[in-house]
Amino acid sequence: MMNEPYGPRPGKILNPTRIMVYGVLIVAAIYYLLPLYIMITTSMKGLPEIRMGNIFALPVEVTFAPWAKAWDSACTGLYCEGLKTGFWNSVIITIPSVIVSIAIASVNGYALSNWKFKGSEVFFTILIFGSFIPFQVMLYPLVIVTRELGIFGSLWGIIFIHTIFGMPILTLLFRNYFASLPEELFKAARVDGAGFWGIFFKIMVPMSVPIFVVAVILQITGIWNDFLFGVVFAGTENFPMTVQLNNIVNSKQGVTEYNVNMAATILTGAVPLIVYFLSGKYFVRGIAAGAVKG
Amino acid sequence: MKNSIEIRDLSLNFGAVKVLTDLNLDIQDGEFLVLLGASGCGKSTLLNCIAGLLDVSGGQIFINGDNVTWKEPKERGIGMVFQSYALYPQMTVEGNLSFGLKNSKVPKDEIEKKIAHAAGILQIESLLKRKPGELSGGQRQRVAIGRALVREVEVFLFDEPLSNLDAKLRADLRVEIKRLHQKLKNTMIYVTHDQIEAMTLADRIAIMKDGLVQQLDDPRTIYNNPVNKYVAGFIGSPGMNFLDGQLKAGEPASFKMAEGSVDLTNYAFQQSFTDGQKVTFGIRPEHIVVGDEASEMPFSQEVEVEIIEPMGSDTLVWTKLNNQDFRFMLDGQIAINTGDKVNIGFDPKISSIFDEATELRV
Repeated sequence: MMNEPYGPRPGKILNPTRIMVYGVLIVAAIYYLLPLYIMITTSMKGLPEIRMGNIFALPVEVTFAPWAKAWDSACTGLYCEGLKTGFWNSVIITIPSVIVSIAIASVNGYALSNWKFKGSEVFFTILIFGSFIPFQVMLYPLVIVTRELGIFGSLWGIIFIHTIFGMPILTLLFRNYFASLPEELFKAARVDGAGFWGIFFKIMVPMSVPIFVVAVILQITGIWNDFLFGVVFAGTENFPMTVQLNNIVNSKQGVTEYNVNMAATILTGAVPLIVYFLSGKYFVRGIAAGAVKG
Repeated sequence: MKNSIEIRDLSLNFGAVKVLTDLNLDIQDGEFLVLLGASGCGKSTLLNCIAGLLDVSGGQIFINGDNVTWKEPKERGIGMVFQSYALYPQMTVEGNLSFGLKNSKVPKDEIEKKIAHAAGILQIESLLKRKPGELSGGQRQRVAIGRALVREVEVFLFDEPLSNLDAKLRADLRVEIKRLHQKLKNTMIYVTHDQIEAMTLADRIAIMKDGLVQQLDDPRTIYNNPVNKYVAGFIGSPGMNFLDGQLKAGEPASFKMAEGSVDLTNYAFQQSFTDGQKVTFGIRPEHIVVGDEASEMPFSQEVEVEIIEPMGSDTLVWTKLNNQDFRFMLDGQIAINTGDKVNIGFDPKISSIFDEATELRV
């Protein structure tokens, strides 16, 4: 009687599968976290301590001076203003680029999924095809285009470029999400007399908060981390933070201040990280929602 | 009586696939027309064409004498109720009801009056401040009907409105839709694959198959005089019994099976036939009589019970006649067992005979 199975099945805490899974996860986590650990510890060490060569050691004397210097007074070779100008430039570039690209792409996706026109599938295919062409190929033509438009080397130029390059992936994202919404809702709204914009703003957008969150995260991360377009199209006075960071790290004056470089790198990467930590939950949910239907 | 909706030579193709071909249909003012058919027969497509949600490939649609073929849904004076309710999830019930009115710029106090009126008819006053997510299926469908009701449209279009509801609610709401129609006297077009809904609600039923209307008649005619074998098999639950055999000319004419024959004195032929024409003889399970009564019928035979399906009020009995499956209905109170021998009979007056090749009524 005693040995007869009864009630919940006893679970083994450690079985071979579990050990495998955890093993792989732990190795992967170390692989990704080790560089971060080195960056953080190094940024809080003084230069003499760094020179001793123990990159894995915790700082003996914790100092935040490198952080202050990275933000405020690190030299790029020309100026000694630190990252702060770059930070604000990045903010000024990112906000309008995110808003404009998402505004256009969401309407694109809506039109492509709900108001199919002759050739809409071809249009969509061409648009998606664009995302498979390496950016570098299009760099020079785009320089000419922006020059002709008179926006090369300006804030408008870089916003224009980010909007264009956000278009394929964002349109795909929005189109698939809108296609996953029940078609009958769209029909009901048409019977109720709502037009193209009425249905979009009153019916579709309120139901699409998750995918807008995804798009915002995707764009903030992408645009903030961009280096190539920033250095080519933004113009010297609008250089984003990434370009500024590169100039600081690569300036060959005096000693290489590893601690300042590390602090500057963390500061540059902080914005997308914070955005992700605050909204990662919605990001995963939204990506999954958009992926259901093609 | 004037026509509310006229459909002339309507065709619709999706690429190379012809969904509707040269379809003609007249729907009278105030009529309740049910489009009935198996899935994929084009009934919902036809409804979407009438609503203006699908562009037609050919033909014309008139609503109240007005050619609406190229008009937007909102300009057609129609309201539509969908299978999935299609309520706007982010709006309250009140918001859902007022959405169409706001789009047509109806003044605010008038919107409130109309909502109150519709809510009263549908008994959803207490739900007005709730979101669709907080409502049950039946309540949601009521709101969806209300959305068509507030706009005071000429024509109501229902696209399988009860298919997502459980059996009991479906029966309740069915009656309510009928009551609504009797009260409002609007033209209503109702798409369903459920023959009970079709029979109970319709003034006329249009049975569709492969994009064509097979028969357009009132429910009683469709039940008693199906024009072809498809209609005969589709209408009625349990379905009609079919027996294979030949027609024999003579006085009286008869239907000859492998075993036995049926005297067709009482059958009203609609077409002339040739001697020896291969036909299918159809008789509904509920038209079979059993026991002593059976002997008085023009046709009777003793059969062995194979399977019994008690359904409470009735019992469906499976047997073999002419070596083909044959079912008949029996009062649920009569005791019967598998293996029993019973005498069954029927009157060919209420049967249907179809040509084997064309499947048309003879």
